[in-house]
Amino acid sequence: MLRFIVRRIAWAFPTLLLVTFLVYVALRLGTNPVNSYLRSNPRASPEKIAEYKELNGLGSNYVFGYFNWLQNFLTFNWPRSIKGSREVFPALKDALANSLRLGVAATVVGVTIGLGIGMFAALHPGGRRDVTVNTAAFIGISIPPYISAVLLQLLFAVYWSRWFGETLFPTSGVYPAGHIGFNPVLMIKHMALPTIVVAIQIIAVYSRYMRSSLLDVLNSDYMRTARSKGISERRILIRHGVRNALIPIVTIAALDVGAIVGGLIITENVFDYPGMGVYFLKAFGDGDFPLMMPWMVLIVASILLFNLIADVTYAWLDPRIRLE
Amino acid sequence: MSEIELPTLSPRRMALRRFVGHKAAVASCVVLGLLVLVVILSPLTARYGVNESVRKPPNSFLPPQKIAWFGTDDIGRDIYSRLIYGIRVSLIIGLFSAIIAVAVGCVVGAVAGFRGGFFDDVVMRVTDLFLAFPFLVALLVVRQTLGALSWLTPLVGDMSSVRFIIFLLAFFGWMTVARIVRGQVLSLKEREFIEAARAVGASRRYIILRHLVPNSIGPIMVALTFSVVGAIIGEATLAFFGYGPQAGAGTTSLGILVQAAKGAVQSGFWWMVVFPCAALVIISLCINFIGDALRDATDPRLDMGH
Amino acid sequence: MSDPVLLIRDLRVTFDTPLGELHAVRGVDFDVSSGELIGVVGESGSGKSVTFLAAMGLLPPRAKVTGSVILDGEELIGANPRRLRSIRGRLMSMIFQDPLSALNPVHRIGDQISEMLQSHQKISNRDAATKSVELLDLVGIPQPGDRARQYPHEFSGGMRQRVVIAMAIANNPKVLIADEPTTALDVTVQAQILEVIQRVQEKFGTAVVLITHDLGVIARVASRVNVMYAGRNVESGIVDSLFDHPSHPYTRGLLNSLPRVGSERLEPITGFPPNMLRPPIGCGFSPRCQFSQPACDAKLPELRSFGDLQTACIRAEEIVVSGAPVR
Repeated sequence: MLRFIVRRIAWAFPTLLLVTFLVYVALRLGTNPVNSYLRSNPRASPEKIAEYKELNGLGSNYVFGYFNWLQNFLTFNWPRSIKGSREVFPALKDALANSLRLGVAATVVGVTIGLGIGMFAALHPGGRRDVTVNTAAFIGISIPPYISAVLLQLLFAVYWSRWFGETLFPTSGVYPAGHIGFNPVLMIKHMALPTIVVAIQIIAVYSRYMRSSLLDVLNSDYMRTARSKGISERRILIRHGVRNALIPIVTIAALDVGAIVGGLIITENVFDYPGMGVYFLKAFGDGDFPLMMPWMVLIVASILLFNLIADVTYAWLDPRIRLE
Repeated sequence: MSEIELPTLSPRRMALRRFVGHKAAVASCVVLGLLVLVVILSPLTARYGVNESVRKPPNSFLPPQKIAWFGTDDIGRDIYSRLIYGIRVSLIIGLFSAIIAVAVGCVVGAVAGFRGGFFDDVVMRVTDLFLAFPFLVALLVVRQTLGALSWLTPLVGDMSSVRFIIFLLAFFGWMTVARIVRGQVLSLKEREFIEAARAVGASRRYIILRHLVPNSIGPIMVALTFSVVGAIIGEATLAFFGYGPQAGAGTTSLGILVQAAKGAVQSGFWWMVVFPCAALVIISLCINFIGDALRDATDPRLDMGH
Repeated sequence: MSDPVLLIRDLRVTFDTPLGELHAVRGVDFDVSSGELIGVVGESGSGKSVTFLAAMGLLPPRAKVTGSVILDGEELIGANPRRLRSIRGRLMSMIFQDPLSALNPVHRIGDQISEMLQSHQKISNRDAATKSVELLDLVGIPQPGDRARQYPHEFSGGMRQRVVIAMAIANNPKVLIADEPTTALDVTVQAQILEVIQRVQEKFGTAVVLITHDLGVIARVASRVNVMYAGRNVESGIVDSLFDHPSHPYTRGLLNSLPRVGSERLEPITGFPPNMLRPPIGCGFSPRCQFSQPACDAKLPELRSFGDLQTACIRAEEIVVSGAPVR
């Protein structure tokens, strides 16, 4: 098992390099970093321009350019944003924190409720509650998140206050404009709507996974054996049913968690929530190469990390695939 | 004799029967069919042109009423008519990009699954990584890159054209399809009837064409439906952020309409939000129902007894 | 013969299906005493498995079960589900055909046996683990201490079936029902498993019901045998007698269809089993029987004594006397 992990980590580094190289090429090719810089800083001196090119590895050759950039990146010599020369790291860190908060909250809420509902439905397949759950989940999946976001925003921003005279859930930002300091209540209020939007999708998806996985397990032969042993129904359900049903789900969940940050982009945008998604969209819109590259590296690293976690978790849960 | 002769049905008819048993799917077919009909007959069914104003000003932001069933937008255009034209464009984008995606994906997936080896590994890793990337980010980056490759422009068209969007979405769609087809081929490859075919000397091409493909029709059709819905939503998402097909003279799409809705929320012009969103949700729901029912209908596992 | 420990009387099982009511078991009587090994023979669809699944209470809720199943003096049909659960695995156990799918793939073998022990006895984890190892040793698993920590997929088919047997007898049940335990195994392994079952029986005095479609298995280990067809018992008796002078045409057909050295052609029984959605009024075997008469189709024949056998054929006397060839 340990060898497996070590080998995967060893493979991760070259993959990371390769993918970031491809990203570098794509961004350099597609977003035209030099032009964007010139657009934002029309009166930049030739020395500044050269410095910009140097720090970002935008020299002549793609390969050398990449290694140039890589060198600067690894030595924490990060170039600043093209707009106003902001430092990248603090902005990225804040964005990450905000997104993580939202992502984790939504995932925890969504997965727990989703798995619960799925289990609930699987226990009486074909029954009325099963059909209701299925249909609801289906509708949940079919509504793209930004539609539910926009609709919820409409509901709460406009109509709630119109009907009830005050805003229950604010629809933008982490805190009300101009607020300084840490206030958990306000933070939760602001996070409520985006969390609900993301959680709806998660609940829909996971309730279907759980239902199908649990049904598969409940119909298998070892459940019959378990019943013939005369164990209590609850033990059968948990130790045999759910335990086995969770295996494929956990694997998918691990991958989903890794992708959560990117998946929030749309929701963040609609609710003006300053997370990783908004960070990227703004940077992309400006063609801000120095802001985009570290963001990409972070995303790729987290994808690879969670791929590894998913594989390890799967092997840990299902002894059948521990091949060493 | 007390034996019953049970009528035997071919797999295709059994699948059809199962599909028809899904009431939601059948309803979806009807709804979609009607929608497509209305859209195809658009010059007749729409009440105004795409960019035509309902009447002389004041004509902006009118709530639903007789002259404009779904109200008007910021410059007085009838939302109902624009919706019809917009759905037409979105459906075209969805359909064509899905067809390209499925065509390419089937070929790549079948070859990867059948031959295995290095090619298969590469395909899997590449698609793995691509699909793990946040969808919108990948979409935007690829859009820029594809647009920047000037030698591609004759084929895919200009970045703001509908043609470009079709190719862009197809570029993402084929990967999911390839994985599905590959999975199907892998599971079929080990089945006895393939071994039997080999044993009587069938060539590889023959096996692929006459055995693997017909047995994969089910998953392929399912992949097609989900590609269509994915493409439609993809287009809408792109447009939402302003990167969709540009509203040139005379074109609009569902995505553009929903994007316009974004601005209307705060002002409370609910008809601009509700109708395009509802259209999108209904289309997506219907296609999803159909795809789901197709998947159930063609699932070989459900062939065991009753 | 001592009092039967398991007594089944007039057991009937019907299933509610979309196509109608399926009559799987249509009035079966059965008994087995301590230390006895009874065989139940029949083809697929004869109702042999369903009968005992019903006795164990393992049928799905849509199955309707009537009749009487008395285990050690206690009626099981209609009993409280908690009572039934307490009996399953403790007084009566069942093992099934495919040992791989019968074991939970993600739990260790030792744990699965301990679970059986701890569900019915107050016993500590450590003691349960020790007992599990002892049981594995009893069924002939080498290095039981190490093997107990392994997972099902690390065992071969025969080994897994031994494990399943160990699990089933963990609480020293009075009755062990073995539903086609050897069908999924190689012939050489089959003999070993049968031997394990016999060993267990000798040691604990368990009553064993061996369900199979394989006459060879019956001949090897059973003392008495019941032949089932179309949801009913058609013949029963001591194995040697039944094999020597079978009285029911179905049994005769079964024996005739066994391949014999020296004979050139196989003699299968022609025709198909009846449709259990609309079971026949008369004898179920009649359509395929060479001795069939109108009287056979008129009424469902009951089991009656016939020499040292019990038979459900109304023409048994004539058939045996006529010297129709058997063996």
